[in-house]
Amino acid sequence: MTMNEKRENTGEKAKIVVRDLDMGYGSYVLMRNMNFTVNREDIFIIMGGSGCGKSTLLKVLIGLLEPLRGQVLYDGANFWEGDPQQKDLIMRRFGILYQSSALWSSMTLAENVALPLEQYTNLSKNQIRELVTLKLALVGLAGFEEFYPSEISGGMRKRAGLARAMALDPDILFFDEPSAGLDPVSARLLDDLIIELRDSLGATVVVVTHELQSIFAIGNNSVFLDPDTKTIIASGDPKRLLAESKDPKVMSFLTRGEKTEQGVES
Amino acid sequence: MKNDPMKTITNPAEAMLSFHALRDDTMLIRLAGEWKIFGQYPPVDEVQKHLRSGIRKITFDTKDLTAWDSSLMTFLIKTNTLCIQGNIEIQREGLPQGVQKLLSLASPEHQRKGITRKSGKKTFLEGVADTTFDFVRTSKEMFAFLGESSIAFGKLLCGKANFRRTDLMNIIQESGAQALPIVSLISTLVGLIFAFVGALQLKLFGAQIYVADIVGIAMVRVMGAVMTGIVMAGRTGASFAAQIGTMQVNEEVDALKTLGISPMEFLVLPRMLALALMMPLLCLYSDLMGIIGGMIVGVFMLDLNFMEYYNQTKSAIALTHLWVGLFHSAVFGVLIALAGCLKGMQCGRSASAVGTATTSAVVTSIVSIIISTAIITLVCEVLGI
Repeated sequence: MTMNEKRENTGEKAKIVVRDLDMGYGSYVLMRNMNFTVNREDIFIIMGGSGCGKSTLLKVLIGLLEPLRGQVLYDGANFWEGDPQQKDLIMRRFGILYQSSALWSSMTLAENVALPLEQYTNLSKNQIRELVTLKLALVGLAGFEEFYPSEISGGMRKRAGLARAMALDPDILFFDEPSAGLDPVSARLLDDLIIELRDSLGATVVVVTHELQSIFAIGNNSVFLDPDTKTIIASGDPKRLLAESKDPKVMSFLTRGEKTEQGVES
Repeated sequence: MKNDPMKTITNPAEAMLSFHALRDDTMLIRLAGEWKIFGQYPPVDEVQKHLRSGIRKITFDTKDLTAWDSSLMTFLIKTNTLCIQGNIEIQREGLPQGVQKLLSLASPEHQRKGITRKSGKKTFLEGVADTTFDFVRTSKEMFAFLGESSIAFGKLLCGKANFRRTDLMNIIQESGAQALPIVSLISTLVGLIFAFVGALQLKLFGAQIYVADIVGIAMVRVMGAVMTGIVMAGRTGASFAAQIGTMQVNEEVDALKTLGISPMEFLVLPRMLALALMMPLLCLYSDLMGIIGGMIVGVFMLDLNFMEYYNQTKSAIALTHLWVGLFHSAVFGVLIALAGCLKGMQCGRSASAVGTATTSAVVTSIVSIIISTAIITLVCEVLGI
């Protein structure tokens, strides 16, 4: 049983539904007509080449950038067009790991993880301290409570960022390029941790990445953004896309440029 | 097998905890309801109360547990600690799969060994020692910085300094021309204030005309330079510290070093040069604006004639006053640039360190402006200038 099982039993399978979404900046449209569904406990990959709008899509999903058109639904609730209070409530269920970890540099790791708890719960100082210790232990950082972000390595900062993202036991975790800047072993450990947390917490995970190894290791659903056509040109399980996709761009991406379409060496 | 509920605790959020004695040496802890950090959940003290001396084993029943999150995890971790202390075996089989996985993830085997750092306040002696060592370290760094900047300046005189002309021109524009509006405003107002304060006293003797002397000498000899210095410390010194500090954070300074380019020549020298050149010019401008401020009071409030005021000012100010004022300002220029660049170069690698560096640069600049003014005034007095 996972912590979200109760919600699962009563709700539908779809966690996030994106409908006819156009996004961009001002009059500049980056992507149009996006439609996809993220199911509960999916590890959903948003992939595509550099500069295709992956991070922009993430910004739209987490409430930092308003879409030009279309809807984002969380458990059926309209995120952008609904009541602002409802939007705040939905956002409180997010845990977000930013590309640069975005830990607050003037606070210790313990204070970083404690801030969301102090802000949104009525727990006592002792209870908060216990939760902080637990979260840091879950990412393998027990004992680092009193360290400042500048005193630990990049990989540790990523994990501390993850501990902060998990502070409020979110049911949706967003990761922006989680393995960027990590060595292969740390990247693999982080991938394992993501799967482990999804399995035990029952969270839905959305990952923006172009790391092929991560994509195949953790993803069970995905969308592929293409900047030329400004649309999603492929979606589904990345392993299935690798085996079945006929699209030269998708094949080229998934095979690091070795194949432009299935079976044809370029 | 006994199965009498020993006690049941229920609270408003319906996180439930009950204890059942299975055998003489085994206790069953039944967890039920919703365990959420947003609700209320039972404290671990309840477990402690029920740990009788005969109990050797604890098992769990979570059939009626409907939802859980980290609140349950912290409860179980503390229960685990209690059991280890009391030498009691804990059986996790009855717990949900997810909980078991997370407990093993948070276990000491998954942590790096030997990492501890205690929070809390330092003792008085530790504080004194830290402050002393910090003082020694920063003093050393400051002297090293002064030495390096002198070497860079020497290279400049030999024509070997390595920096970009366009950088120098940009900094000159930023710290010179773009500072004119704020210098105008501050200097005019300071001139006005001087004239007001002087006029109140001089009116008593019918000697209003000497307002021109007070304003003229004060502005030209020292106040023009000091006011410009303080404005530039807050404006340009702070910006130097923030610029170089951010470059430290982004490893841009490291990139220069590894290319064999001295940051002292490339970053510090043009800033020092620009400010040492611009400060006397700004000071001259500030003197003029201050005198105009005084003149406004003289002409419009003391009913002095414009030409009368002008002639009085002209006769009061000697060329020596002007040179002393310009010397002040050149010194201030170097001091502000040095403080800004030094604090920027010493900056740590975080956003808060940039803030600290900026604040420290402004404070150091203003303090050194005041101290150097006192020294120069004293020396001039002794030399009879």
